[in-house]
Amino acid sequence: MQRYSGFGLVKHAFGHHENWERQWRNPVPKKRYDVIIVGGGGHGLATAYYLAKEFGVKNVAVVEKGWLGGGNTARNTTIVRSNYLWDEAGRLYNHSLDLWKGLSQDLNYNVMFSQRGVLNLGHTLQDMRDIQRRVHANRLNGIDSEVVTPQQIKEIEPALDISSRARYPIMGASWQKSAGVARHDAVAWGFARGADALGVDLLQNTEVTGFKIRDGKVLGVHTNRGDIEAHTVGCVAAGNSGVLANMAGIKLPLESHPLQALVSEPLKPILNTVTMSNHVHGYISQSDKGDLVIGAGIDGYLGYGQRGSYPTIEHTLQAIVEMFPMFSRVRMNRQWGGIVDTCPDACPILSKTAIKGLYFNCGWGTGGFKATPGSGHVFAASLAKGEMHPIAAPFSIDRFHTGALIDEHGAAGVAH
Amino acid sequence: MFYIFCPYCKEHREEEEFHARGQAHLMRPADPDNTTDEEWGDYLFFRNNPRGIHHEMWVHSVGCRKFFNITRNTVTYEILETYPMGEQPTITADIPSVRHEQGVQAADGGWQTVGARPESKALNEETSS
Repeated sequence: MQRYSGFGLVKHAFGHHENWERQWRNPVPKKRYDVIIVGGGGHGLATAYYLAKEFGVKNVAVVEKGWLGGGNTARNTTIVRSNYLWDEAGRLYNHSLDLWKGLSQDLNYNVMFSQRGVLNLGHTLQDMRDIQRRVHANRLNGIDSEVVTPQQIKEIEPALDISSRARYPIMGASWQKSAGVARHDAVAWGFARGADALGVDLLQNTEVTGFKIRDGKVLGVHTNRGDIEAHTVGCVAAGNSGVLANMAGIKLPLESHPLQALVSEPLKPILNTVTMSNHVHGYISQSDKGDLVIGAGIDGYLGYGQRGSYPTIEHTLQAIVEMFPMFSRVRMNRQWGGIVDTCPDACPILSKTAIKGLYFNCGWGTGGFKATPGSGHVFAASLAKGEMHPIAAPFSIDRFHTGALIDEHGAAGVAH
Repeated sequence: MFYIFCPYCKEHREEEEFHARGQAHLMRPADPDNTTDEEWGDYLFFRNNPRGIHHEMWVHSVGCRKFFNITRNTVTYEILETYPMGEQPTITADIPSVRHEQGVQAADGGWQTVGARPESKALNEETSS
C-alpha cells in the first residue's frame, strides 16, 4: 500500500495525478476463508480491518451485494457523539469516540473527523430534566457533557433562535464538546483500503443467497458467485439483516424503516456545530462544502425502498425553520433515504446466535454511523475469540427474552 | 405519498390522515400468566420484517379513528388491499400471483396506490395466510 503524505501529493502533482495506486483490489473469491463478513458498509469493513490488524485474522472476506459503503454509510448525516444515558451504551459509543480521535492517522486516510460539538436542545421542563439526568450519567461515565443555558447556546451557535417568541422557546441544552462530524464515504474507503492492504478480500457484487448450515453450525455462505466456506460468519447488513436472518432461519426483533436526509444548496459558513432537538424533531449541521445537512425521523411504516415520504420532509423542514428561522428560504438540493434496522430498545444487537459460528451485528437503527470504528473493533474481537467482547456482551439478542433491555430512546431521541 | 382507502369511510384519503401501527394479526398469548419468557419476548418484540408483501395495521387517526389492515409491498410500496379488523388478507406472500389473476391494478412507480378491496366475490373468500 502506498502511504499518503504531503510529499506524495507533491510528487504526484508532477505526474498530473495520473499514477495514483488503486485503493483496493477486486479479487476472485477463494474457496475458503477463516471469517466471512456479510455486508461491506462502514461497520463490516471496520470489522474486517480490525480483525486483520489487531486480532491476527487475515484470511477474511467481506461479501457485499452492491458496492462498498453504498448503503447507510453513504446516506447518513455523519454525526459522531457518545452522550448516551446507560452505562452499557455509554461505554460502547465512547469506545468508538476514542477510536475516532486517532482514526485518520491509524488508517492513513483523512476521514475529516471534526470535533465541532453537538447541542441537544431542550424546549420544555421535562426536556431539561431529561437533559440534566443524561448529562450527570455521562459525567459519571467519563463522557464530557454539560448543561448549557440559552445565553451559552447563543455563543456557541449564534444563528439559533433563542428568543421567547419562538413557538417552542429554547430553555437550555446538553453540550458535548468532543462530538462532531466526519466524512462518511472516507470512513468506508479508509477502512476498505486498510483492510485490503492487510490481505482482506473485498468481494463486491457478490450477493449472499443462503447459508450453509449443518448440525447447528455454520459452514459457509452461498453466493451468486459460488459457495464460500468459513466457520465464522458475521452479518453486518443493517436494514437487510432481517432478510439474512430469514435465510438462516433466525428471527430478529428488528423492523426496517426508511430514514431520510436532505442537503441544501451550499452556503457560506453559518453553523459552528451540530444542533439537534428531540422536541421539535430535527437536526442540522453544515458540511465543509457548505451544504446544510438535515435529518429527522423515520417513516412510520416498514420499507425497503431507500426513499422517504413527503410528509416526513415537510415535518423535518418545519423543525429546522423553527430552530433557525433564517433558513426559511434556503433551497434544498437533494433528498434521499436509507433503510435503518430499528430495535425495540433503540440499542444495537451484537450477538451470537443459536447457530454456532454465526454472529449478527445489527439493530443500529438511526444512529450507527457514530459507532463505526467501535462497533467494528468489538465485533472483530468477538469473532476472533469466539466470545463476545465485554463491551459488546450486554447487547446480546437474549436481552429480548431476559428483559435486560438498554432503553436508549431518550438519547437516541431524534433519529441521527 | 400513499393514497389509502379506508375500509370504514369507503374513501381514498392522503397518508397524513393515517398512522402506521406495526404488524397486523398479532395475537396476545391466551394465558399470559403461564407463558415462558421466550414466548412473552417473542410476542412483545419479535416482528415480521419482510422484503416484499407485508400485512400491517394502520389507524385512520384524523378520520374515523378506526383501525384496519393493509397488505402492502415493502419494496415497491404498492398497497395491495385494505381490509377491516377481524378479516384475513386475500393476498399473501405465499400467493402473490392472486392479484395478477384478479386484475388488481398495478402501482405507478411505486407511489400511486390502489387501496380498495376488489369487488370480486372470489377475492373476499378467506385464504390461509
